[in-house]
Amino acid sequence: MLSRLKRDLTMADAARAPGGARVDLLLVADMVAPGSKVLDIGAGDGELLRILGEQRGVDGRGIELSREGVNECVAKGLAVIQGDADTDLADYPNDAFDYVILSQTLQATRRPRAVLEHMLRIGRNAVVSFPNFGHWKIRLQLGFGGHMPSTDNLPYAWWDSPNIHFCTIKDFVVLCDVTGAKMERAVAFNAWGTPLRFNAPWWFWNLFGEQAVFLLSRRG
Amino acid sequence: MDVVDTAPDAASRAREADAPRNSQVARFGAERPLKLDAGVELSPFQIAYKTYGTLNAERSNAVLICHALTGDHHVASVNPVTGKSGWWETMVGPGKPIDTERYFVICPNVLGACMGTTGPASTNPQTGKPWGLEFPVITVRDMVRAQAMLLDELEIATLFSVAGGSMGGMQVLQWAASYPDRVFSALPIACATRHSAQNIAFHEVGRQAVMADPEWRHGRYFAEGTSPRRGLAVARMGAHITYLSDPALHRKFGRKFQDRENPTFSFDADFEVESYLRHQGSSFVERFDANSYLYLTRAMDYFDLAADYQGVVANAFRGAETRFCVVSFTSDWLFPTAESRAIVHALNASGARVSFAEIVTDKGHDAFLLEEPELFAIVRGFLDGAAKARGLKSGS
Repeated sequence: MLSRLKRDLTMADAARAPGGARVDLLLVADMVAPGSKVLDIGAGDGELLRILGEQRGVDGRGIELSREGVNECVAKGLAVIQGDADTDLADYPNDAFDYVILSQTLQATRRPRAVLEHMLRIGRNAVVSFPNFGHWKIRLQLGFGGHMPSTDNLPYAWWDSPNIHFCTIKDFVVLCDVTGAKMERAVAFNAWGTPLRFNAPWWFWNLFGEQAVFLLSRRG
Repeated sequence: MDVVDTAPDAASRAREADAPRNSQVARFGAERPLKLDAGVELSPFQIAYKTYGTLNAERSNAVLICHALTGDHHVASVNPVTGKSGWWETMVGPGKPIDTERYFVICPNVLGACMGTTGPASTNPQTGKPWGLEFPVITVRDMVRAQAMLLDELEIATLFSVAGGSMGGMQVLQWAASYPDRVFSALPIACATRHSAQNIAFHEVGRQAVMADPEWRHGRYFAEGTSPRRGLAVARMGAHITYLSDPALHRKFGRKFQDRENPTFSFDADFEVESYLRHQGSSFVERFDANSYLYLTRAMDYFDLAADYQGVVANAFRGAETRFCVVSFTSDWLFPTAESRAIVHALNASGARVSFAEIVTDKGHDAFLLEEPELFAIVRGFLDGAAKARGLKSGS
């Protein structure tokens, strides 16, 4: 399945690029065409919207669950509203955006499938980044440690984790199939933000990719 | 009640309505009538207003401030009636979030009010007497239509921003709906697209308090030399409670006694909170006209943006290029966050560019007038972002 994808090998090789931006955000930003209209779901402190605005001239909007995050974004002049990906996407009309981005948030939604379907209804393209639960460290912790994994990237104890719908890269590909999403591009990268070799087999990605970014479009 | 001990000063209030002190006045003669939603024309009429800062050469840095129900145009300078400082000096001024060194701020007294813009306390030129209840019933849309005429007069085609809280926020929304091409950015704070049944109910209690005062005389109190001070004070006391919150009242007053150790077993103002409300009522009647209170509360009651757009609020903002920043407060139960969220949903549905922040405070609806650093940061950030998009230089 993944072998059909064009895989990119374009980005910086440190977790933080020279400008100080998080590499995963730069990888996401790289999938967005300059000058397009973008909705960022889970905007956090507005870092991705700032990058998109400054580097790619994007007309960006955001939704963020935490009030502190929203107020920080608005005070930066970003168009961000307080809202919940699980409930508020239904209010957006069809084709309102060129891209709808879900950065490191899919695993925290209650209904990932519905969220992805809304994303591809609201936007012509969807960009999804998520932590890969198939990474070898996570497999080791669960398989041999016998406990729920906890990593630098996913530091929570199971009882206070906001992440309720973990998936592996392989699992995500299944969701794309089920929702009729067409995979345009994909990148998997390790803890240091180094993208994996693009011609590696999919099991390699699923084992060594700590995070993944997918660019999707509507099929047909 | 102590409010009746002060001599009524109806004459001075009538003077302020016709010839406002320390204000600019735009007069609209018979050739420029104001077409009202009630189906009649108001003519002649006048608008009292204040400006702060300097209009730039491109005439692109004007910010219109819309005041609330009992506010006025003295935003950032001493109020000639009360002698107190402007009602939004924390927000508007040099270096403040609405920075008068950068923006040209205009605040008109609203149509139907009593501080220099034509309203029921103004002299009806046909009779030479105060309008009273002869004054036509007005709407928020009428207020905004009048303000648009003022901007025409000032030769300002486009506003950089329109900002206001409560009834001011309603005007902001109406501005964006009626004149989308003239509004670059909009800041509706603590408001709603329609007045709720509960809010209409509170207003009705206030109006009934005014009208139940025998001195009201069916609105002809100026002519009859009376003043419905008790009624208006009671209306204000009731309304004032709705502007606060239970936690704020508790924090401020609790059950503390006023200048006494024990209850007096009478109906004196034993409690601090009673004394406070009586003071609010009595100071309000010094500066506000009872009939204006009836008209302006009515205008708010009639406000229902969806009704003008096939019942769908989103249609009011269809294709809007305006940048919106909607703000609400957690403890505001008069215009709760759900109302602001409804505005945001409508704006999203119409594809508008919108920011929305809810601010945590126990100060209730009045929080928009008070020291709220988070509100200041949000207004400053929103306007900065809009100014960049508008190509406004920092500092004029």
